[in-house]
Amino acid sequence: MSQTTTSAADQAQGTPPPERGGRKPPSRRTTRLVVTIGLILIAALIVFLLLSPPNPDARPVSLGFSYNSFFQWIGNMGPIVQIPIILVIFAAVVGILLVLIEYAPRAGRGYFWLRLISCFAIPFLAFMMLRPYQGAVIYVIAIALIAGGLLFWADYRASQGAGYLYQLTLFMAPAAIAILVGLVYPSIATIIQSFFDKTGENFVGLENYVWAFTNPQGFWSIINTLIWAIFAPVFATVVGLAYAAFMERARGERLLKLLVFMPFAIAPVSISLIWKFVYDYRQGEQIGTLNAIVVAFGGQPVPWLDIWPLVNTFCLLFAFVWAQTGFAMVVLSAAMKAVPVEQLEAAQLDGTSAWQRFINVTVPGIRTSIIVVLTTVTIAALKLYDIVAVMTGGRANSTVLGFEMVNQQQRFQSYGHSAALAVLIFVFVTPLIIYNVLQLRKQREVR
Amino acid sequence: MTAVDSKTTPQNTKAEARRIARETRRNEALAHKRLTSPLATIFAVAIAFLWTIPTLGLLITSFRPGADSATSGWWTVFTNPDFTLGNYQDALTSGGTALTLGESFLNSLAITIPVTIFALAVASLAAYAFAWMDFKGRGFLFVAVFALQIVPIQMALVPLLSLFSRGLEIGDVQIFPGLEMREVDHSFATVWIAHVIFAMPLAIFLLHNFISEIPSDVIEAARVDGAGHGQIFFRIILPLATPALASFAILEFIWVWNDLLVATIFAPTTSLPMTQTLNSLSGTWGNQWFLVSAGAFLVLFVPIIVFLALQRFFVRGLMAGATKG
Repeated sequence: MSQTTTSAADQAQGTPPPERGGRKPPSRRTTRLVVTIGLILIAALIVFLLLSPPNPDARPVSLGFSYNSFFQWIGNMGPIVQIPIILVIFAAVVGILLVLIEYAPRAGRGYFWLRLISCFAIPFLAFMMLRPYQGAVIYVIAIALIAGGLLFWADYRASQGAGYLYQLTLFMAPAAIAILVGLVYPSIATIIQSFFDKTGENFVGLENYVWAFTNPQGFWSIINTLIWAIFAPVFATVVGLAYAAFMERARGERLLKLLVFMPFAIAPVSISLIWKFVYDYRQGEQIGTLNAIVVAFGGQPVPWLDIWPLVNTFCLLFAFVWAQTGFAMVVLSAAMKAVPVEQLEAAQLDGTSAWQRFINVTVPGIRTSIIVVLTTVTIAALKLYDIVAVMTGGRANSTVLGFEMVNQQQRFQSYGHSAALAVLIFVFVTPLIIYNVLQLRKQREVR
Repeated sequence: MTAVDSKTTPQNTKAEARRIARETRRNEALAHKRLTSPLATIFAVAIAFLWTIPTLGLLITSFRPGADSATSGWWTVFTNPDFTLGNYQDALTSGGTALTLGESFLNSLAITIPVTIFALAVASLAAYAFAWMDFKGRGFLFVAVFALQIVPIQMALVPLLSLFSRGLEIGDVQIFPGLEMREVDHSFATVWIAHVIFAMPLAIFLLHNFISEIPSDVIEAARVDGAGHGQIFFRIILPLATPALASFAILEFIWVWNDLLVATIFAPTTSLPMTQTLNSLSGTWGNQWFLVSAGAFLVLFVPIIVFLALQRFFVRGLMAGATKG
């Protein structure tokens, strides 16, 4: 038994898998050929499934229950009762998964059958849980069987040893399904949607994008988003860096750190209300802090959130920066602690001032962390929704892409416009992520 | 350093390590003391003070009687103190829309606790496979998962929503039927699924960073003893990665609790969390700051407790993504 379980480790070092029960070592070419044919077959079946004439009278075929009926059953209970039930069921599913993973590579007749049966049963159950409609049952079953058979066969002949591919599939499947269904498919669908009109029926080419750049709501959401993406990360990083530097040389570091970091844990809804209160404007006696200060210095109270251009956007931006500074500060302060004290002392012996030491030794030493903070805050600013939604609701041209997209979809039911705005966020985020991927690659090469 | 290299007995090694740690701490404290300057302290305290004022103002307002806070600034409380707990009681039980804050508090719990655990389990399974299983295209796939952070939530909202409500139809064939949740009292299924999906790229990335740094000797030893991947994951990876899992759990908990966008889109009206209820109530409460402020503090109360209780983990969790990313 230990022989088979170590086979994976052996394989990683390049030795061939130990032969088992006189089985010939698998030939790669045949495996590849059969897997290719199988995949073509599955694709062909899916095409046939889509082309088969719909039968409106056909009853849904299922195992008698589906995820839908399960969610309905659990949804009818109280919120608190649902927590333990769903967690127990989830734990059971994960438990079964781990048991299957554990038994998969073992040699022996029983384990062989276990693997064989589950290879066929899992896709079959999955498809039947989804409740195939409209007389397409035969295709669905065929797809399930071929998928299961293919997995088993490819796994049996895998160069890493039987059971390896199967284990890998089980480890990856939950996350892979989540990502494919919830991120990859919707992104493609949104990109396609952005070329269709309001209702999503007629192809209109680039009209939605033209709308985004010419209509005031779309236009100001783009301009404001760019303002956010430029100023929010810079402000948050500069203040965070300054605070981290002061704190380094201050007493009572723990408490000081906590006070500034706390806003990061506060819900954006509460953050927005906290700042709305600061910006509060009224005639007569002021209760908002900012206007009270203005009045105390003899000024007229200012309706901060209604003044356009720039004033209201920056008012919102400060609320966001206020929350993000804590994050910047914690990351940068931890990085500063990693800067070698010797370097700082050497610079001190050379007669440099504190400011010179900070600029020439500390800042270069924490360069990577500064970049990480800048990108993280920029991405958060590009995707921003909550603060605008709660504080102004997009009033007085203070809207941003992340908010306007939801606004177009929910208030105006205008799916094409909202999709185009979402794609624009995607376009703005892309260069940042590409840069980070390149950094990640570089780091991995160093490792 | 020598303590690690030389083959001394475990006790000696431990004592040595402790001694080194103690000396490091002492040196650090000395260095810190030498570097402390009163000017820096003043600046730091000034910033901390500025950062605390907005919260303080709202906090004080939440304890002032409504009539007071409508006519005078919160700072007048220092000369004219008058406090009440009534605002919190009113805020919890008033429901401008479908739910009161008290009811949606339960919803928030029912959304946040399962999501945190689901995301953690699913992501740690995948992170283990990425870290310790060899397969073709692993590096590429891992980078692809990381790069998926490119997809703003906004981009996935509408298609995912229609997938949940209407299912997926290509031509006339129903590939995937929708979730029929309209008749259901408290359905959180769509919110759970959406949150887990959106957490995936970052969760896999962060957990992978921890899990891949577990020494390979430990895992080789377990393999020699006959443990399969399932046992290694359950018996070795999970316990060793507990600090990482805990820190990510806290982050995820706070994010999901604080979320407004996903809940706005996916939660049915009876399953709305506190953030959404507070948002709609703050509209109907208008300028009644005593209620708004109490509501705001009811929402931020749970994450702050979680955060304060588990602060150490929390900062470490942030660092994992930050310095290594």
